[in-house]
Amino acid sequence: MGGPVEHKVIVGLEIHVQLCTRSKMFCGCAVEFGAEPNSRVCPVCLGMPGVLPVMNRQAFEYAVLAALALNCEIARFTKWDRKGYYYPDLPKNYQISQYDMPLSANGFIEIPVGGGGTKRIRIIRAHLEEDAGKNVHSTGGFSQVDLNRTGTPLLEIVTEPDINSGAEAKALAVELQRIVRYLGVSEGDMQKGHMRFEPNINLIVTRDGTEYRTPIVEIKNLNSFRALERGIDYEEQRQLDEFLETGQVMESGNKTTRGWDDERQMTVLQREKEEAHDYRYFPEPDLVPVELAEGRLNEIASRLCELPISRQVRYVKEFGLSEYDAGVLTGERATAEFFDRAVESGGEAKRVCNLLTQTGLKIANERGCGIGDLGFSPKGVAELAAMVEAGDVSATASAQILEAMVETGKEPRVLAEELSLLQKSDAGELEAVVEQVLAENRQAVEDVTAGGKKSKKAMGFLLGQVMQKTRGQANPKVVSQILAAKLGGG
Amino acid sequence: MDKKIDQEQVRKVARLSRLELTEAEVEEFTGQLGAILEYVEKMNELNTDGVEPLAHCLAVSNVFREDIVEESLGTERALANAPQQDGEFFRVPKILDGGSGA
Ligand SMILES: [Zn+2]
Repeated sequence: MGGPVEHKVIVGLEIHVQLCTRSKMFCGCAVEFGAEPNSRVCPVCLGMPGVLPVMNRQAFEYAVLAALALNCEIARFTKWDRKGYYYPDLPKNYQISQYDMPLSANGFIEIPVGGGGTKRIRIIRAHLEEDAGKNVHSTGGFSQVDLNRTGTPLLEIVTEPDINSGAEAKALAVELQRIVRYLGVSEGDMQKGHMRFEPNINLIVTRDGTEYRTPIVEIKNLNSFRALERGIDYEEQRQLDEFLETGQVMESGNKTTRGWDDERQMTVLQREKEEAHDYRYFPEPDLVPVELAEGRLNEIASRLCELPISRQVRYVKEFGLSEYDAGVLTGERATAEFFDRAVESGGEAKRVCNLLTQTGLKIANERGCGIGDLGFSPKGVAELAAMVEAGDVSATASAQILEAMVETGKEPRVLAEELSLLQKSDAGELEAVVEQVLAENRQAVEDVTAGGKKSKKAMGFLLGQVMQKTRGQANPKVVSQILAAKLGGG
Repeated sequence: MDKKIDQEQVRKVARLSRLELTEAEVEEFTGQLGAILEYVEKMNELNTDGVEPLAHCLAVSNVFREDIVEESLGTERALANAPQQDGEFFRVPKILDGGSGA
């Protein structure tokens, strides 16, 4: 024993993403969060005998689109299966899912890992299935069940165990959220349970040249990025401690399930019946298979767009934006597309970026809307950026102008004039002001020309005087140049 | 002829389906299920070499509905036949460890 111990955490994720169809997967009931309990149900989703489920075309196409974005191979023939499920939140006693012929497999997702780099996480499969209802726990020996969610379309995504930290799992979750929102296949709203995660976690522990694998733990139903990251971090430490204490290693059948206790910030062992994983899949006789013709697949594929991660990398490489700014701009498709259009209209990328991230998005967040709903156009922002670039307005003034564009819908140049924010860049006009300031401030002029310590400070003072005389409307760059020319360097 | 199914298997299947069977029922169903399996066994006499397995017994595919919301039952009617209700909810025996989660 003894000897230095090294370990590596190995994580595979099972993710459920709720697709944003209007109606459920196999019936016409509305998918609606927060509706009166058990009001959005019908004989199909209540699992009454003699009913026939019919596949929602939109759900299928959303699933294919997401699978394409996850670089999966799309099956040209796919079918439905019943998975045994004996809980009251799915009253049919089975869940309609996909077993041996999922609609897609063998994909990958690129996740950002800092320093501008990405890491590829392989995806085993992505398939469609229906959601269960909700158990509302109540006191006494009873639970309340709300079946409104029953039958909501879910995309289940299963990754290879290529994830090696809680932070990577979180990065994947955030990236996936961006992707599904970009594609418009899910709202990806965590508060509404649109994305749920079940990580499978164990460690490879190396001691005295021998590798040991700890028993696999699955954490059930994590529904926030933070819980996902912390749950994995917690398990990493717990499993290491447990291994050092007991030496227990992975064997077939010693996988356990744990829940995340958010209050105590720890995982808790869940009691499970031994046969809980005996799902007894069999083909769903009530639903016919789907054959996806080449033309249809191409039509769906044409709805793909440039994905957030490649956009983010492009913004850094092509425009020299910081990784942080590129991340903010690509957070939502509408923002990224607005930015792209503004740059295409001639806006200098960094200036446009500053206007959007520092002012535009702030206003959009306050108003709870998108950047495109604020009433200014990409062209308007490009024009404003060009005005800053040309020194017609200061960066500070440009924020004020953008705010005014939201309020009034007017063009930036018109507003700059109305608000007297135009900077004077006309050298002849400014020269006269500079002459006057120099004449009035003999001491400062002497300090500058004497050089040395005081020179810089005196120069700043003179610049300030010019700005004051022009009520802040002089272009400081131009004033500096004039001052430097007149005083010989500075 | 060897038994197609034994009592232990019947008990297991019953457990998985949350069914409580009496000893007499276990015996009865073991016989019945065995007979059914034996009957289906006849299929094995057919030569199926070169026959593709069917994913579905109908030679039909791509039956879709459009994503259109239709009227639901509403809470009152949905709960009308529930053995037990609790306000707007179905009332069921408490689920351990929140064991569900599709
Ligand atoms: Zn329904």
